[in-house]
Amino acid sequence: MRPNAPPTLAPPVLALALGLVLTACGGGSGAGDTNTVEVVYNRSTDNNIRFKDAFLESVKKEFEKAHPGKTVKLIPVQAPDNDYATKAQQMMRSPKTAPDLVYEDTFRINSDIKAGYLKPLDDYLAKWDAWDQFVDTARAAAKAEDGKTYGVPDGTDTRGLWYNKEIFAKAGLPADWRPRNWNEVLDAARTVKREVPGVIPLNVYTGKGPGEAAVMQGFEMLLYGTGADPLYDPAAKKWVAGGKGFQDALGFVRTVYGEKLGPDVSDALDPNVGTRVATEFFPEGKLAISLDGSWMGQNWINKGPKEWPAWEKDLAQAPMPTQHGQAPGKVSMSGGWTWAIPQKANNPDLAWEFLKTLQSRENAVRWDVVGAQIAVRKDVAADPRYLSSMPGIRFFTQLVPYTHYRPALPVYPQVSTAIGEAMEKVTTGDASPAAAAKAYDEQLRTIADGAVVEK
Amino acid sequence: MSRDSRDSRGARAWRWVPLTPATLLLLLFLAGPIGYCVWIAFTDTQLTGASGSHFVGLDNFRRAFADEDFRNAVWLTLVFTVVSAVLGQNTLGLALAGLMRAASRPVRTLTGALVITAWVLPEIVAAFLLYAFFRREGTLNAVLDWLHLPSQNWLFTLPILAVSFANVWRGTAFSMLIYSAALAEVPRDVTEAAEVDGAGGVRRLRYITLPMIRRSIGTTLMLNTLSTLSVFGLIWAMTRGGPGNRSQTLPVFMYDQAFLKSLIGYGTAVALLLLLVGSLFSVVYLRLLKVEV
Repeated sequence: MRPNAPPTLAPPVLALALGLVLTACGGGSGAGDTNTVEVVYNRSTDNNIRFKDAFLESVKKEFEKAHPGKTVKLIPVQAPDNDYATKAQQMMRSPKTAPDLVYEDTFRINSDIKAGYLKPLDDYLAKWDAWDQFVDTARAAAKAEDGKTYGVPDGTDTRGLWYNKEIFAKAGLPADWRPRNWNEVLDAARTVKREVPGVIPLNVYTGKGPGEAAVMQGFEMLLYGTGADPLYDPAAKKWVAGGKGFQDALGFVRTVYGEKLGPDVSDALDPNVGTRVATEFFPEGKLAISLDGSWMGQNWINKGPKEWPAWEKDLAQAPMPTQHGQAPGKVSMSGGWTWAIPQKANNPDLAWEFLKTLQSRENAVRWDVVGAQIAVRKDVAADPRYLSSMPGIRFFTQLVPYTHYRPALPVYPQVSTAIGEAMEKVTTGDASPAAAAKAYDEQLRTIADGAVVEK
Repeated sequence: MSRDSRDSRGARAWRWVPLTPATLLLLLFLAGPIGYCVWIAFTDTQLTGASGSHFVGLDNFRRAFADEDFRNAVWLTLVFTVVSAVLGQNTLGLALAGLMRAASRPVRTLTGALVITAWVLPEIVAAFLLYAFFRREGTLNAVLDWLHLPSQNWLFTLPILAVSFANVWRGTAFSMLIYSAALAEVPRDVTEAAEVDGAGGVRRLRYITLPMIRRSIGTTLMLNTLSTLSVFGLIWAMTRGGPGNRSQTLPVFMYDQAFLKSLIGYGTAVALLLLLVGSLFSVVYLRLLKVEV
């Protein structure tokens, strides 16, 4: 505008323009609606898996009944975990779109805390009796470097080997299989390949598609069986580069896919492979062994995506052995998810009220049962309904003493992505384990700003 | 605009008044975000894992040129663009337009309808169709098996060619439409005269038709190239840039860095470099267009 333009018209024009601008920027969430709790969570990409949705719906009903005039708005995001996290992070960037409660994977939570997306819950927790019931490792799961707690975990998990006894019988392998080292796992897979053609001998999740599932169920279950602190050295506070264990773990993955002991490579790299293992490969008797999680059973019980009553009879579990059987002999990884309140939430107090309903003792038991979670609360772990909820739950609960947690650091998600890429390279045969490990080391230096230690 | 010199400066300023809202909106919604993007490309902004962001100068660009994956993405982008836009869509579009001129009305209607259907399908629908066509248990392999030809896992062995083909399938209609219009403009008497003089089909195409529709060729090439450079959904739904990074073109690489690795700053820098690649192509085509017949 020129300064000598008549001012008479300018204000209305400006007002009009501003009005347009303001209305165009609307459409966020119900900012200022103090009676609605918006809850963002991840919905399974398999349309038959809806137990989480059903559970949250029932808690929503309970909450709305107890708090007249308040409503709960469930916002499911149906996407693979990586995409879900990206979506949630973008929602939390602005008060207009930030939900009041968000479901966060423990391995990302420190990253999001550091980004300033989440609210510390210490004031709320101090006034909450149930917090004492949580075991210490679980209480630490969402504790940040600043000593504050940012999330309430709703369960954890452990990992081990699932195997199909029927296929094992055909291959002449024992029904009470207990491999003592990596070679015995591979030998069993080779035997299956030889004796029972047409069956996938051994599934190890791998590559960028399955994302953290591949890194944790696949790679870290191997890596943490190679020695102490193979990924991050807490004493030196540095990430580990150039580790021999790292190469050996990649070597195992290379062996599985190089000798065609695993699923077809293009299936293995597909983001939906986890769903297929649960609803297709195992139930249809196409898979002998899977390095997998404690929650597998939830797929086959009542109202699961794939009714498979025979699974208790057909499948058994074995602990994952360490590389050469060195002490303690078994290895497991644990993760889990937490409920957290975004920094920019409009109704944090109401969100906390909903979280308490979600985590009432009764609901916690129900969730651990339907979600096939390993309990993180002492009162739930002792509940007979939990202990009898699922065959194998005792087996997986017994792995807790052998379990490892991922380094809970802000850059872990980036490290995880780099590991996923290294796995994909050796799976497709594009790189040798040594070359893939070298590329990982280079990425690691960038991610950790040079704070690495050679092992 | 100005009709007489009696227009005072003030009156001329008046003319800005009706333009103000539009100008403001453009500044706010177009120039603003673009400027913000350029700024972010020079910072170390992250989606998660870091609270602040700092100005880092040219670090992101230096990093890109040193990054093997980035070079791979540039190479694949060139392959994808040349194979699917310059060769595929363009040549096939011209061939279809030429053949349809000679065809009978029902054939013309049917072909046109089929080709345009592929074009009007939403990108994601087309992507899933082609994924179902190429995957291991897909239609293509079923047909090959039926013909007793060796089948293979296209999306795994030749991912960049599979997505290139998909893009040709989807984008040919646009070239075909432009070329149909252009060919209709070529005067009949000129081609007939050449025919009387004994010029064969190939020579007629080379010396008469192509020079006459040269401008349309330039326009089509430019639009095809620019739309192909920015193809994301098609590749993402078919291969996710995999296996490994064998079909990771620049837009997919950019998404991977910005949203999967949370490096918004680096991803934006890559986006600016993609813009540069697009401008290079445009400059070349504009040069080609300038040549007079």
